[in-house]
Amino acid sequence: MNKVSAWVSRRLPLLVTAAIFAALFATAAHFYDGFFSARVFISLLSENAFLGIAAVGMTLVIFSGGIDLSVGAVIGFTSIFTATLIERHHVAPGLAWLLALAAGAGLGAGMGGLIYFFRLPPFLITLAGMFLARGAGFWISTDSIGIGHELYGKISAYEWVLGGAAVPASALFLLAVMLAGWVVAHHTRFGRTLLAVGGSEQSALLMGLPIGPAKIGVYTLNGLCAALAGIVATLYTGSGNPSMGIGLELDAIAIVVMGGTLLTGGRGHMLGTLLGLLIFGTIQAAILFDGRLSSWWMRIVVGLLLLVFILLQRLFLRGKRG
Amino acid sequence: MKPRHPVFWPLAGLLALVLLNAVHDLGFLKVTLLDGHLYGVPVDILTQGSRTMLVALGMTLVIATGGVDLSVGSVVAITGAVCAVLLQGGHGLTLTLAAAIGTGLLAGSANGLLVARLGVQPIVATLILMVAGRGLAQLIVDGQVIIIKSSAFEYLANGFLLGIPFAPLLVTALYLGTHFALRRTALGLFLEAVGDNETASRFAGLAAARIKALAYIFCGACAGLAGVLAAANIRAADAYRAGENMELDAIFAVVVGGTALTGGRFVILGTAIGALLIQTLTTTMYNLGVPPAIAPVPKALLIIGVTLLQSDKVGRWLGGLMRKKAAT
Amino acid sequence: MNHELLELRGIGKKFPGVVALAGVDFTVRAGEIHALLGENGAGKSTLIKVLTGVYQADAGELRLAGQVIRPTAPKDAERLGISTVYQEVNLVPSLSVAENITLGRQPGRLGFLNWRAIRRRAEAALARLEVHCDVDAELGSLSVARQQMVAIARALDTSARLLVLDEPTASLDEHEVAELFGIMRKLRGEGMGIVFVTHFLDQVYAVSDRLTVLRNGQLVGEYATADLSRLALVGKMLGREVSAADFTNQAAAPAVATAPVISARGLTRRGAIAPVDLALQAGEVVGLGGLLGSGRTETARLLFGIDARDAGEISVQGGPVRIASPRDAVRLGLAFCSEDRKAEGILPNLSVRENLIFALQGKRGMFRALGRAEQEQLCDHYIKALRIKTADAETPIKNLSGGNQQKVLLARWLATRPAVIILDEPTRGIDIGAKQEIEQLIAKLRDDGMAVLFISSEIDEVVRNCSRVLVLRERRLTGEVAGAGLNSENLMHLMAGTHEG
Repeated sequence: MNKVSAWVSRRLPLLVTAAIFAALFATAAHFYDGFFSARVFISLLSENAFLGIAAVGMTLVIFSGGIDLSVGAVIGFTSIFTATLIERHHVAPGLAWLLALAAGAGLGAGMGGLIYFFRLPPFLITLAGMFLARGAGFWISTDSIGIGHELYGKISAYEWVLGGAAVPASALFLLAVMLAGWVVAHHTRFGRTLLAVGGSEQSALLMGLPIGPAKIGVYTLNGLCAALAGIVATLYTGSGNPSMGIGLELDAIAIVVMGGTLLTGGRGHMLGTLLGLLIFGTIQAAILFDGRLSSWWMRIVVGLLLLVFILLQRLFLRGKRG
Repeated sequence: MKPRHPVFWPLAGLLALVLLNAVHDLGFLKVTLLDGHLYGVPVDILTQGSRTMLVALGMTLVIATGGVDLSVGSVVAITGAVCAVLLQGGHGLTLTLAAAIGTGLLAGSANGLLVARLGVQPIVATLILMVAGRGLAQLIVDGQVIIIKSSAFEYLANGFLLGIPFAPLLVTALYLGTHFALRRTALGLFLEAVGDNETASRFAGLAAARIKALAYIFCGACAGLAGVLAAANIRAADAYRAGENMELDAIFAVVVGGTALTGGRFVILGTAIGALLIQTLTTTMYNLGVPPAIAPVPKALLIIGVTLLQSDKVGRWLGGLMRKKAAT
Repeated sequence: MNHELLELRGIGKKFPGVVALAGVDFTVRAGEIHALLGENGAGKSTLIKVLTGVYQADAGELRLAGQVIRPTAPKDAERLGISTVYQEVNLVPSLSVAENITLGRQPGRLGFLNWRAIRRRAEAALARLEVHCDVDAELGSLSVARQQMVAIARALDTSARLLVLDEPTASLDEHEVAELFGIMRKLRGEGMGIVFVTHFLDQVYAVSDRLTVLRNGQLVGEYATADLSRLALVGKMLGREVSAADFTNQAAAPAVATAPVISARGLTRRGAIAPVDLALQAGEVVGLGGLLGSGRTETARLLFGIDARDAGEISVQGGPVRIASPRDAVRLGLAFCSEDRKAEGILPNLSVRENLIFALQGKRGMFRALGRAEQEQLCDHYIKALRIKTADAETPIKNLSGGNQQKVLLARWLATRPAVIILDEPTRGIDIGAKQEIEQLIAKLRDDGMAVLFISSEIDEVVRNCSRVLVLRERRLTGEVAGAGLNSENLMHLMAGTHEG
């Protein structure tokens, strides 16, 4: 097997995802006028910026063979927490953000600690984390709070003009976080340790890899990501809302799976998550453009796509074993 | 091997919670007979908790095979929608019920096909229906909340039989029926074996894939029936909220009840107690005036507490403590 | 080079209820391959774990190149210069070869990786072994033998002075074993000390310079390989004198030749076994001999329906049958006791009783459940008949020793009253006493009219128990030995492919 075909064989899931995205986008462009434009493409990123940011953290967690169901709740908590601090307690946004990030990281570290030290199932523990964060958010306030701080206005209005297109701040944040995620996953010892732990924890143990710091670290980092996503959500909507992000963890997981990352861990690529996000956004945009389809078709299509991707993953794995 | 019966801890937890409530308000335990019907907080708990108990029953079998079914909440929404549409269209109760349970069976078969025949991981496979399911439910009711005006239908959830609420009776009967079916036949052993070591089960001549699929099909049917009860309870199909968090409550009930998430031995009675525990917790929160949005917090703490107690490490600590106590 | 590289003196290790090691000395010189031998329970794996830091010794001391060491974890031992390659290649199959070699110590700054340096290091490590492979390839896509080379390359990457190979040849074929030995000799020439843990006596004689024998947690002795005959070595391992008579055939062939109970023609599967014919009569024990990797288990799996065959027919009691799954096989009266009882045999958390009646219940199906009384009766019978040591029938089977677990699994199959039973390495990992019991049981089954297919990698065992032996070599049937010609020498010749004529 020569080098090129070996590379293709390794990167097959990523290529398939890219192909599916291209096909979906092309189909939408064919049916809807005005779809094929830079503006629409950029909106795929900016509309789902906070989902994408959460998905970056989720990708790392799934790499390590874990899962985190609390991200949506953390987004909700962070958004109302930040809004309350800024509007009701007149805390400077910068400080409010730092506190929010610390809270997210703290919850992540707590969950990671329980998961690692007591060998508790991540599924259940992050579920508990979800309940805690959501409850905490509603305890702060049951209604949403608008944020009128001028810094928010400035950031929301900011756009980076590139050629004929304008890229809003949220999209820029997303790309920055994606880039950081990519660097962590593919160019740091920490990232590779995550993949090793997810690929074969027993081997990682015998190799003497720092499993504890890796596991606790990834949940902490994910909590940080989720909190960051919550902050970006407040910037995007101009308000804090404890109900924000309900069900978002499922979308994040779907995006990661569509990106070719195995839910069992050990295999995947950060670029895949970006492509998964683009696929998600394309479907959403297409539904919007169509105007006839109701929003719940989104759920059905995502479900169908998940099915397709999962079956493809099975085929890919079966081929590998041969 | 714990010397205690596996339902010891969940039962102790339930009793502790009930005691807590009774201390706070003695009326908690009061059950009255009014118009030939039983009323009271314990009765409410049983009635409201019957849906969770039902879903958790199916979930127990799935978890016993080493899997999990995340789609049950969505199935509840779908079957509720099916009922509403059929009843609204003037169809009879029998047809409606058959259709609802049939939908549940279909959902379970789809999950069973993915997990057992195609070898897809349970979390991933059932995630698909979990995501798509609500969309499907919305599609069926066309985005509306459909009111159900059938008293026969409503009876299933809110009616009484010989003074006792019907729903808990139905669910109890199902529990007993399931228990006997599993223990009188070899199905219970087969389920536990598949969960304990699937390869060994296959090599010993078991049709492991078929057994696993059966578990998912049964779980789907349970969820389907729970969807009927849920819709009957509020006399409407709310595709958006129906079955919300039910998968989580069901999994929680099973785990608290003594069945390990990794599969193998299962404890049906434990599941029932676990479900009642959750319902009592919810009722306790309500009685204490805790805003409903915050109610999940104690649930979360309970999950952490229970899984900690069940973990190996803590088990060894406690074992060490017991031995030290015995030595002094 | 003759100086002591590794010196273990008076090593002791206790676990609750059992003394794993007592007063064990172990010395390895630089530039030598030293084999470590012992039957099950001898303490080999405990000694290795003490050496590699997984356990800490209760007594005694370790010295590496004269310095006292006390490794507290595998990574610690690695740092000191002791590297281990385990039997189950403990690498990450989804990552690349280069990554696996450098994982945990990748070149880079501030936590950021330098991929080019990673590749270069991996290539250098492989070059040292004269192994060629694409460092970017996914580890899981390589053969087990290649993966093992990568594991060794990883061990070397840490500038190890002592290399521990724990049962490295278990999953390798003849050719791959030769390759591995080549590498071992090369490293020996460079001054490395190699500890070679194995149970294959042939291999010990092929490649080791000295050997150490353990028995029951104690040191039996350390010898130069050339000075100890095979017979004497086995004697040391078993703790008894062994005479040539132990290794000639004693099994009776069936008195009258009858139609075969089961026969297969042209049974084959790509990559597993070339077309093979075999037939078993009632009341005969037929052996399937051959080195590891020759295709014996693969043949059994085809017969029993675990793997799908590419071609070939199977007939039971004279009539052609279709066996597409173990379920079909069981219904036809076949039984298969797998060699990997942990992964393919026991239901660990279920009781002895449930494990014992399991195959029988599976045969009867879901609806004809065995009553509790009937189950207990069966258990009592077999626990007595096979002398299974267990507190009671309700104990989880995982609490039993390996030998007793094996007996429960045997009982499981015997309870189905099979016409044909396939035993794949039934005495592996079992102490000598239980081994004899199982061999006696096999003779009794034969006398009762069962057809037994006996697979074992120990030639002597095969010769002792079978009246006829089919020999496989490199995945094809190479010959059959029976009657007077059935002895270790002829079998070995067939297995090695060195027979004349």
